[in-house]
Amino acid sequence: MIQQVEQPLIEIHDLTVTYHRKPVLWGIDFTLPKGIIAGIMGPNGAGKSTLIKAMMGLVPVGSGYVKLFGEDLKEVRAKVSYVPQKESVDWDFPASALDVVLMGRYGKLKWFQRPRKADRDVAMDCLKKVGMEAFANRQISQLSGGQQQRVFIARSLAQDADLYLMDEPFAGVDIATETAIVELLKEMTSEGKTVVVVHHDLQSAENYFDWLVLMNLRLVASGPIKEVMTKELLQETYGGKLNILTTVTDLLNKQDFPIREK
Amino acid sequence: MFNYSILFNPNVMYVVLGCLLMSVSASTVGTFTFLRKKSLIGDAVAHAILPGICLAFILNGTKNPLYLIPGAFLTGWLSILLVDAITHHSKIKQDAAISIVLSVFFGTGIWLLTVIQHSGMDNQSGLDAFLFGKAAALTSFDVWVFGIVALLLIAAIWAFYKEFQLLSFDKDFAQSIGYKTQLLELLLSGLTVLAIVTGIQAVGVVLMASLLIAPAATARFWTDKLHVMIFIAILISSVSAIIGASVSYIAPSMPTGPWIVMVLSLCAVLTFIFAPHKGIVVKWLKQRRNQQQMLEENILKTFYYLTQTTPDSDKAYFKLTDIQKQRSLRESELNKGIEALISEGYIEKQNDQYYTLTKEGLHQGKRVAHLHRLWELYLTEYLRIAPDHVHDDAETIEHVLTPELQERLEIILGNPEIKPEVK
Amino acid sequence: MDAFWIILTGILVVASSSILGCFLVLRKMTMVGDAISHAVLPGIVLAYLFSGERNSVLMIIGAAGIGLLTTFLIEFFHKKGNVQEDASIGITFTSFFALGVILISYFAENVDLDQDCVLYGEIAYVSLDPLLIGNIEYGPKAIWLLSFVFLMVLAVIIPGYRSLSLTTFDPNYAQAIGISVTLWHYVLMSLVSLTTVASFESVGAILVVAFLTVPAATAYLLTEKLKNMILLSILFGVLASVLGYFLADYSNGSIAGAMATASGILFGIVFLGKRLYNRYHRLTAVSQN
Repeated sequence: MIQQVEQPLIEIHDLTVTYHRKPVLWGIDFTLPKGIIAGIMGPNGAGKSTLIKAMMGLVPVGSGYVKLFGEDLKEVRAKVSYVPQKESVDWDFPASALDVVLMGRYGKLKWFQRPRKADRDVAMDCLKKVGMEAFANRQISQLSGGQQQRVFIARSLAQDADLYLMDEPFAGVDIATETAIVELLKEMTSEGKTVVVVHHDLQSAENYFDWLVLMNLRLVASGPIKEVMTKELLQETYGGKLNILTTVTDLLNKQDFPIREK
Repeated sequence: MFNYSILFNPNVMYVVLGCLLMSVSASTVGTFTFLRKKSLIGDAVAHAILPGICLAFILNGTKNPLYLIPGAFLTGWLSILLVDAITHHSKIKQDAAISIVLSVFFGTGIWLLTVIQHSGMDNQSGLDAFLFGKAAALTSFDVWVFGIVALLLIAAIWAFYKEFQLLSFDKDFAQSIGYKTQLLELLLSGLTVLAIVTGIQAVGVVLMASLLIAPAATARFWTDKLHVMIFIAILISSVSAIIGASVSYIAPSMPTGPWIVMVLSLCAVLTFIFAPHKGIVVKWLKQRRNQQQMLEENILKTFYYLTQTTPDSDKAYFKLTDIQKQRSLRESELNKGIEALISEGYIEKQNDQYYTLTKEGLHQGKRVAHLHRLWELYLTEYLRIAPDHVHDDAETIEHVLTPELQERLEIILGNPEIKPEVK
Repeated sequence: MDAFWIILTGILVVASSSILGCFLVLRKMTMVGDAISHAVLPGIVLAYLFSGERNSVLMIIGAAGIGLLTTFLIEFFHKKGNVQEDASIGITFTSFFALGVILISYFAENVDLDQDCVLYGEIAYVSLDPLLIGNIEYGPKAIWLLSFVFLMVLAVIIPGYRSLSLTTFDPNYAQAIGISVTLWHYVLMSLVSLTTVASFESVGAILVVAFLTVPAATAYLLTEKLKNMILLSILFGVLASVLGYFLADYSNGSIAGAMATASGILFGIVFLGKRLYNRYHRLTAVSQN
């Protein structure tokens, strides 16, 4: 079940990615509308993070393309914000929570230009939104996992974007934080922003998302959550139905075959 | 004229034998250093030995190795413990811990060495042999020491082979089955320090890391078995030692240690580039072969499609332009593919312009077309992907599907009747 | 006067290298810095052969080129050749260093560089090689060269501070907001090569590593702000070179070696002090509960 939308905010066309040779995305093809929270779900190693990274141009794309706001990422970078996985950085880095949130303003600053007072105000405000204003000057390694995640989300808010791509923002986060973040995301979408979230937990998905993308190396389904959360589609995503696909992926990898001829 | 009898001169024999024994020790232990990803700790140990030697000399006032080696051993081992302590008890990561220990110990060593040299202590000259190695001046006593150390190391590795193997592969598991991993690690690092202490007398502190790691890193490319790997590492380092020692005799101004390292590095780099299975060239060739296979199969497939559209199969002769109409291929590529297919007996040339498939070629073309369609069916029927999205995918996958996978696909799809796709 | 020049040389080396060292420590790339500092040797020897003098521009360019080549080769063997990273570093730098020693031996008559100098430099003699323009001396050549490098480092680090710190902390995010991670990687490595080559003559290959790593790591233990870390590391570096000079003067040993020893002692004091402080802190926290 793949529901395409008119005038999509995100359009992904026949996207193919080889990343460190594995995992692999094959022929991903879907569109997302504006003003929703969309979940991207699938089993471990399904390529969910790779999909987000490909959308942000962080991994080389083999074939196909991604259009955000109907344009290439380069043209609309200022309108897009990315939240990497928490584990991807070294939290011993000498920086305070506020320093990290300020990084969200770097994209708007020119060479030599230091963060202005206004940027600090924005950063503080974003920390407040995630309930972290009391920790602004705390060194980041002293924060709990949930707090670190909130700092990352605050940094992303500080970018003041229209589209947010978040890679597992709920991983290693306590339930209170998770609920608070979801509330925040819902508030954002009511202001017309769009949020795409890589997520793990099937139980909570129905309450969190308006739209669901199911994938496992390939796209299985994309559509309004009510229509996609079916036993059959979940079975297809998480069940062993894609065994041959995995075998063929391994084979391509082992034999050094390119995934596309050209 | 070079006088070959020089190679049988006893002094030369000492040098060759000494380098050989030292290389054997280093490469045996180095295999485990390499596998445990501790190559750079080996480098730190080599540097950390210098202050130990200087301190031992200051305390005892003698160059007797029986006093110097324990000193070297002590600081060498201390460096390993310090790297561990710094990484465990602070946020400093391993690389920085190694750099700190390495450079500070070495700096202290240099400082002490110069203090000794300027102090006018008797008998101090020659201490800097540890800095640069003194391979060209090895004596029979050195050779005896090297020999005993080499025997000791090999005996220990042989005795604890399976313990060290498990320790290197999966320390947690080793602990879970009751191995005393801390003790084993201590023993292994002790052996490593011992190999380094003897080795630096030949090649010096800076180059010691190479003797430890390069043979193992090279050997890793030639085998997947640990015991074979150790054997190959010993072989490579022995050859390098003999060549290195010989060079410095053929050209006496040449330093022995750096030449051993150069030969080792040459082996390593050539291996990285040319080794079977994992080498850079082999991988490149494999990719080229895949390209060629794709090209040939695509041509056969196109021929097959053309044959199917011709009502009278007796007249299934085609020009190259017919192929290009079906499939955009560069002329040079197409010619290359056709030539290869003719020599393989899949295509025959009828006259100047016309080509036809042989019986085997027809069979091959049919097989590829079949796999193509099979994959398209798998994607559309089984995974329910839109039919206009499956063609590109099948273009690749048709070349890699094995007979087993073909069988599995046919079973999943219920042995579909497949008609050739005609465009 | 000699003491002044020597300490000034030490301070200039330390200032450039500890700034860069902060980024190397945070990027977990100090061993690549170590490798570069060894690998520039053949570049220095060859450039010396061609230009016939020390501290020439050719020497800087030649050796800095080899420094970058080292970084590239380490990555090439690691990524394309499937060699694990530590081994790739170890093999690359020992090969270059061995090549350098062989070149020195081969051109022994033409090259006034000996092995001792390679390992621990000749900081004591910096004042013997003054910059002459016409007949007027303008202070030691090494000072001019190191000042130039220091200004280069500042000229890149100050405007590039945010990009460098962001590509260090979170490369994915940096790239997502349009900062080139590869570019800054090579910019940093070029600066490290440049600093290494310029310092080589005065402090030698291995002690550059001490200055690249130890002050930065000491500062890292004490502060939680990157700016403070950089300032503190310069402070520790300067302290180490002054202390080192007097230690060497007192003991009549190698100045560069003593400077490295002093930086190690400072690190040890801070490391142990921090541990004691933490333990005391924990104890008081417990007793207050």
